[in-house]
Amino acid sequence: MPTSTDHDSATLWRDGRPVYDRGETVCVIGAGVSGLVAIKNLKEHGFGVDCYERETGVGGAWNWRHDRSPVYASAHLISSKPFTQFPDFPMPDDWPDYPHHSQVLAYLERYADHFDLRPHIWFGTEVVKVEPADNQKWDVTTRSTGGYGGERTHRYAAVVVANGHNWAPSMPEYEGIDGFRGKIMHSSAYQDPAQLRGKRVLVVGGGNTGCDIAVEAAQQAARCWHSTRRGYWYAPKYVLGRPADQVNDAILALRLPLRLRQWLLHWTLRLTVGDLTRFGLRKPDHKIYETHPIVNSQLVYHVGHGGISPVPDVKRFRQYSVELADGTEIEPDLVVLATGYQPRFEFLAPELLGIGADGRPKLHLHAFSRQHPTLSVVGLLESDSGLPTLIHWQSVAVARWLRLREAAPQKAGEFWSSQVAKAPDRRWMSANVKDTPRHWFEIAHVDYLRALQKTLHEMGPA
Amino acid sequence: MSTRIIRFRDWARPVPPARREVLSATPESDEGKPPVLFVPGFGHGAWAFAEYWLEHAASRGFPAHAVSLRGHGGSGPGPKATLRAYSHDVVQVAASLPRQAVLVGQGAGALVVERALARYPARAAVLAAPVLGGWATLATALRRNPAGTLPAVFGGRLRMGRRQLFSREVPEATAKAYTARLGRASTRAQWQLIAHRAAEPPVGDPPVLVVGSPDDRVVPASALTKAARRYGGAPLLFPGMGHDLMLDARWREPVDAILDWLDKGATM
Repeated sequence: MPTSTDHDSATLWRDGRPVYDRGETVCVIGAGVSGLVAIKNLKEHGFGVDCYERETGVGGAWNWRHDRSPVYASAHLISSKPFTQFPDFPMPDDWPDYPHHSQVLAYLERYADHFDLRPHIWFGTEVVKVEPADNQKWDVTTRSTGGYGGERTHRYAAVVVANGHNWAPSMPEYEGIDGFRGKIMHSSAYQDPAQLRGKRVLVVGGGNTGCDIAVEAAQQAARCWHSTRRGYWYAPKYVLGRPADQVNDAILALRLPLRLRQWLLHWTLRLTVGDLTRFGLRKPDHKIYETHPIVNSQLVYHVGHGGISPVPDVKRFRQYSVELADGTEIEPDLVVLATGYQPRFEFLAPELLGIGADGRPKLHLHAFSRQHPTLSVVGLLESDSGLPTLIHWQSVAVARWLRLREAAPQKAGEFWSSQVAKAPDRRWMSANVKDTPRHWFEIAHVDYLRALQKTLHEMGPA
Repeated sequence: MSTRIIRFRDWARPVPPARREVLSATPESDEGKPPVLFVPGFGHGAWAFAEYWLEHAASRGFPAHAVSLRGHGGSGPGPKATLRAYSHDVVQVAASLPRQAVLVGQGAGALVVERALARYPARAAVLAAPVLGGWATLATALRRNPAGTLPAVFGGRLRMGRRQLFSREVPEATAKAYTARLGRASTRAQWQLIAHRAAEPPVGDPPVLVVGSPDDRVVPASALTKAARRYGGAPLLFPGMGHDLMLDARWREPVDAILDWLDKGATM
């Protein structure tokens, strides 16, 4: 370890640069949903917390003022309130079942104020490097966002990475894309339906964003093609007059076997949405629960009204047209690539998160590093339900773990070696999920929470 | 019991929204003290705290609020309300306050607060003359107030006499006026008072104080001791007072003790 310690002062040195020791303080990277809930729960467990946020406000992806925010004007939640709120800070009763993204930001800002989190956050500060130091501590190097000003390094007892995974656009590679004369944009740059007005629009991607943009294009654009790789299940937002995810969990609560559950849900969708192939949409090549759910009541409606033409995958771009997998050629003047985002951890050496050739971190419960007991990631999940509830319990588990390490090192050591370091990689899904780049951190909320519950139980009370 | 994190009922069957009455008194200047949310017991509304405690807490620098549970006081109706719905009301109001709140429940309101603590990390909690229910509560109630209790067993309204609620220092006319304002909790909630699942453990490990009166004719002293022991303490006792500590003639003593406890570091 290239660290020399000057015992006469609190200042340490690393590679000739001063390192300011923050003692037992924990460092949280990012002040979005995951970062805020991590600060709050660490604080609640008695830790000092420093959080670094490169933007100037809280809310991360949900803060539309931030350049990297992926939200667009019309974005609403796709999971209803009970799944989307933190389990110990409910959204107001008078909000709708599916709040607008601006309400989510207001909610996060209120959360930050209610639990007095802002004094812990260094805004406009980005993390450049996180390196292991002696005694399982971490040296975190930061600088002002934008790069001006010097770098500073602080030493922390633990690091919780909460930098989100919906900000670095994932751009697919297509033959001839550079020669295409129309406009191409990633959905992260899409903000307002005015951008579509009067255009001939091709939307690529069958995720929730792709479907939302296709629906807006159906209403605003001159023409809309929606290209997806496969057929999907389009879950409506309401089933039987109730938010669909609540009905789904009422079924889950019966603890039926997966097959029976899938059959029940297929049957419910057949009754409520009906046969999608009639609309010219492709038949799903998978059972329900096997991909991230698409929740969109309007897509099928607009297909039925001719506003959206469903088309297969894009094969190649030509100068003025796009060739599809089935050989047809279409001539859009705007292509919106709703092809998702990639998680990125540039400030960490890949091996620290166990990132191998496939580029995926290997973390226990998608949260705990297997090599470094004081390094964890929160919020690196996609789920069949809202994330804030899951991230809340993830961060509680992280806080309890760090507390246990301090309070009962022996028990902590045993727990670590038996439960974390050697735990097999699991998928936390009973269904056989499609292995696409988007789905490797997809989990089923009940399976995942059961595993977390067990972990919390084994660690004992706080 | 450890925290249960899979909550199908909360997810699949959320408590229906309700209109809630909240009465508030705010201090003249913000001294950085935490807001205090008072939760009245069955039959009572926020008015019971608006009488003395709200203003007093505000005069000592605490932003003070009192909620009427659904079906009580000026809140919307809640004929089918359960304990879960009542604790939802408390958590909703607590989360709407600008800062992390202290929850103070009186009578059966303490039972509601206990449940709310499992869904909201309160800064601290006070159980005042707590009616935590169970069969012993029913036995005590039947012995001391058979005429008021028996109808409730069959779904009628639970009636409490003014001599149970107030000490003799409260003038007869005042006591009568208070009892005339009493409403009722839902039938289901009244039954749940006797038979309910134990509350889940509080989240965020808040300090909990139990206050009461050994001369309370609803909650026996032994029940106070038992409640306090559950949170690892002893009850703070105010002899000579009735069950409604906030409306009794010497209302100032318990509320001062509670605010002193908060000032002394329960919330620092």
